[in-house]
Amino acid sequence: MIGAPVRRQDPPSGEGTIDDRSRPGRSAFGFAPLDVPEASIPDDARRRSEPGLPEISEIDLVRHYTRLSQMNYGVDTGFYPLGSCTMKYNPKVAETVAALPGFQRMHPLQPDRTAQGALEMLWHLERTLCEITGMARATLQPPAGACGEMTGLLIVRAYHEERGGGRTKVIIPDSAHGTNPASVHQAGFQAVPVPSDARGLVDVSVLEKLVDEEVAGLMLTNPNTLGLFEQEIREIARIVHEVGGLVYYDGANLNAILGRCRPGDMGFDVVHINTHKTFATPHGGGGPGAGPVGVVEELAPYLPAPVVERDDATGAFRWDHDRPRSIGRLHGYHGNAAVLVRAYAYLVLHGADGLKAVSELAALNANYLASLVSDDFPLAFPGGRPMHEFVATAKRLKGETGIRAMDVAKRLIDLGYHPSTVYFPLVVDEAMMVEPTETETKETLEGFAAAMRQAAAEARSDPDLLHQAPVTTPVRRLDEARAARHLKLRWGPPDAPE
Amino acid sequence: MLETLGFSSLDELFVDIPADVRLDRSLDIPAGVSEMELVAEMRQLASRNLNVDQLVCFAGGGAYDHYIPSVVWALAGRSEFYTSYTPYQPELSQGVLQTLFEFQSMICELTALEVSNASLYDGATALVEAVNMARGHGRNRVLVSAAVDPRLVDTLRTYGRGAGYEPEVFPISAGRGGEPGIEPDVAAVVVQHPNVYGILEPVRDLFGRAHDGGARAIQVFDPLSLGVLAPPGELGADIAVAEGQPLGNHLNYGGPYLGLIAARMDDVRRMPGRIVGETLDVDGKTGYVLTLQAREQHIRREKANSNICTNQTLMAVAATIYLGWLGPAGLAELGRQCASKAAYAAERLTDIDGVDLLHPDASFFKEFTITSPRGATDVRDALVERGFLAGVPLADADGHALAVAVTEKRSRDEIDRFAQAFAEVLA
Repeated sequence: MIGAPVRRQDPPSGEGTIDDRSRPGRSAFGFAPLDVPEASIPDDARRRSEPGLPEISEIDLVRHYTRLSQMNYGVDTGFYPLGSCTMKYNPKVAETVAALPGFQRMHPLQPDRTAQGALEMLWHLERTLCEITGMARATLQPPAGACGEMTGLLIVRAYHEERGGGRTKVIIPDSAHGTNPASVHQAGFQAVPVPSDARGLVDVSVLEKLVDEEVAGLMLTNPNTLGLFEQEIREIARIVHEVGGLVYYDGANLNAILGRCRPGDMGFDVVHINTHKTFATPHGGGGPGAGPVGVVEELAPYLPAPVVERDDATGAFRWDHDRPRSIGRLHGYHGNAAVLVRAYAYLVLHGADGLKAVSELAALNANYLASLVSDDFPLAFPGGRPMHEFVATAKRLKGETGIRAMDVAKRLIDLGYHPSTVYFPLVVDEAMMVEPTETETKETLEGFAAAMRQAAAEARSDPDLLHQAPVTTPVRRLDEARAARHLKLRWGPPDAPE
Repeated sequence: MLETLGFSSLDELFVDIPADVRLDRSLDIPAGVSEMELVAEMRQLASRNLNVDQLVCFAGGGAYDHYIPSVVWALAGRSEFYTSYTPYQPELSQGVLQTLFEFQSMICELTALEVSNASLYDGATALVEAVNMARGHGRNRVLVSAAVDPRLVDTLRTYGRGAGYEPEVFPISAGRGGEPGIEPDVAAVVVQHPNVYGILEPVRDLFGRAHDGGARAIQVFDPLSLGVLAPPGELGADIAVAEGQPLGNHLNYGGPYLGLIAARMDDVRRMPGRIVGETLDVDGKTGYVLTLQAREQHIRREKANSNICTNQTLMAVAATIYLGWLGPAGLAELGRQCASKAAYAAERLTDIDGVDLLHPDASFFKEFTITSPRGATDVRDALVERGFLAGVPLADADGHALAVAVTEKRSRDEIDRFAQAFAEVLA
């Protein structure tokens, strides 16, 4: 048992909205006086009534958002073992270098010759990502992983269209992230699920029956969402390639294999990378991310335009827009450049050996933590060896006590931790998906394990503690059904109850 | 730890990786460096870029050099915000959730529309999502004004390949307007106001035509124009989208920015991405959660109305703080200053022999398009030598058109010097 619940510094509850603090005539803004003649806006184009933005003093503005920040939990606040999300420490130096005016204050449409440092950085980043993944070329344009998926699938589409088309299906494991089938649908394909077998891996015998000339490709996360390595990956790739399909690597779990193996060597043709997972660019409360996409040589002509090229004679870098077979553009400019600066900083900081150590320590931490909690929360697929994360199940606990994974999660909050992911992957009952990452110490892992064991013990001795949890947070369990039934999506009167 | 696990080496953790896919060498990238060396390397790279502190910025094209007050990143840069994940555990995420609720509220107030989400990737992808919302029920064609930024149209074209449409560009006359032919299979008419030339569009007329033909009206807007320009909701827009960068976000060489989207309540279930709603906790206390999640990919998978997962939350936090700093009076003053300084700059530039407005009879807001005897790219490059980022070259007038943007940051003196330098590079 660990000691008393860790109480964070809870701000007093009832922090109303910024609009509640608004008082007519107050303001924080200030501009220099207008030093040119005032121009008029044509009458028919003019705004008649002012928008209801808050009128507030600067100190009230500062206090309000400071208080709100205190009602939020980040990696800097504490351990954040959210499975599939790779919530590792975000090095502060990446923030420092991204804030250099020479990066932060560049206009996206400034001439290439005034952007040589940025272009060189992006050029090196592309090559580094290609080396890590075993790909030939990459685009840095997609602003998030899901957009990377869309990019990759549109490349798959363009490849098949040049070869006569007729490919309508993309195969996806039933354990895949929801973005996979959603992206497949948006790219104009039909998602065909392939089941997991008893080991938690793709059922190859079923896959063999699923493939035909209509298959455009297969999307796979490896290690998969259960944290297990798809050992028959070469065979899986062969089966898909044999019918003319392409194999797509969802990079959500790239952290597990850095420097150990590469998607390109496994037979993958397209790879997307989540820099906000593997390369520690901060998640920002749900973004920004970046989702670069690497491809094999044969697919390089389809990459989104523009890409960075270097003139070998002069050493000058430029954006190359002249790519006639490109699928086009997926972002208004060049993608999330300031996120890419942070990813580049992370890669330079770690280097080849450092990256290999990342995957090793990530796997060590996950396996160590799994072993500490397995009595109460056994692995969902005990036959396989977890890599960077593990999927445990609270099924037995629920059977014995009625306590669900969600109750355990909420109790962990009262014990001072951000919970694991719960109820994903969908193929596991009462799933608790735990990803400690490589940046955590042994003591942190042991503290979390003790909290999980304590929660399990309380489920038997004092289940009300779990049913009531959390009690240490600014708000307690929130009524999500009510939120959807009585939609209130902005301040002011409620928006139409249903 | 290895001992506890009963392993003798780290390699044992990776036994499930078959030998034939293992990498039997080191990655061919340089060895790691100390933080001190990294900072030196990054400073060196950054020093080989020119930035808008060094070049006086008259470039726009959706990304603008507005003033960012210190409060914005002093607050948005708090690590409780930026090191958190998507708020799946609402009790630990009330800070981000409430800020996003305030963001949604402010975007509704700005646009005079009824519902906003918690942000999209950027302005271009927000337009893609708006078009997805509008298409369906036998209406699949998308008509786009020729005065919409070509980067937006290109983005639409890319995504359209997956969704099964090709955006159709309708011609304009004298830099604006046009006559979109609304047939029964047209889903939406897209108009940018102010448009790619900076010109004010006859929006009510264009959207009236769209509605008469049963199509949706989608407006691409500039959020910082809305202190002085009539909001999309009053102009008849059903869906309004924008590049949100001007709201307190750094130029960042193109990203991260944020996409804004607002619509009418009837369309709330077609809206993509995260939406935050207010609710009560078990004690009856007000709190915030992600809501209507049944629209989203993690629940509905291939039937989701978008594949978006990660959005641009941190940028939305910054935008919220910035709009709080501005307030209604600041937004109006900002609009007045931009419009006045742009008008002054246009006057000074067109005083130069051979420089004219591309569309002299049209009204504009903070951006306007000029032509000169020299190619626009040429002029822009020459002005870099004199310390100016002159604008964004456009394809019009055989490549002699330059879109010039003027924000509240530009002083009369800077504008005068810019006009003088412009005259010199033409001489």
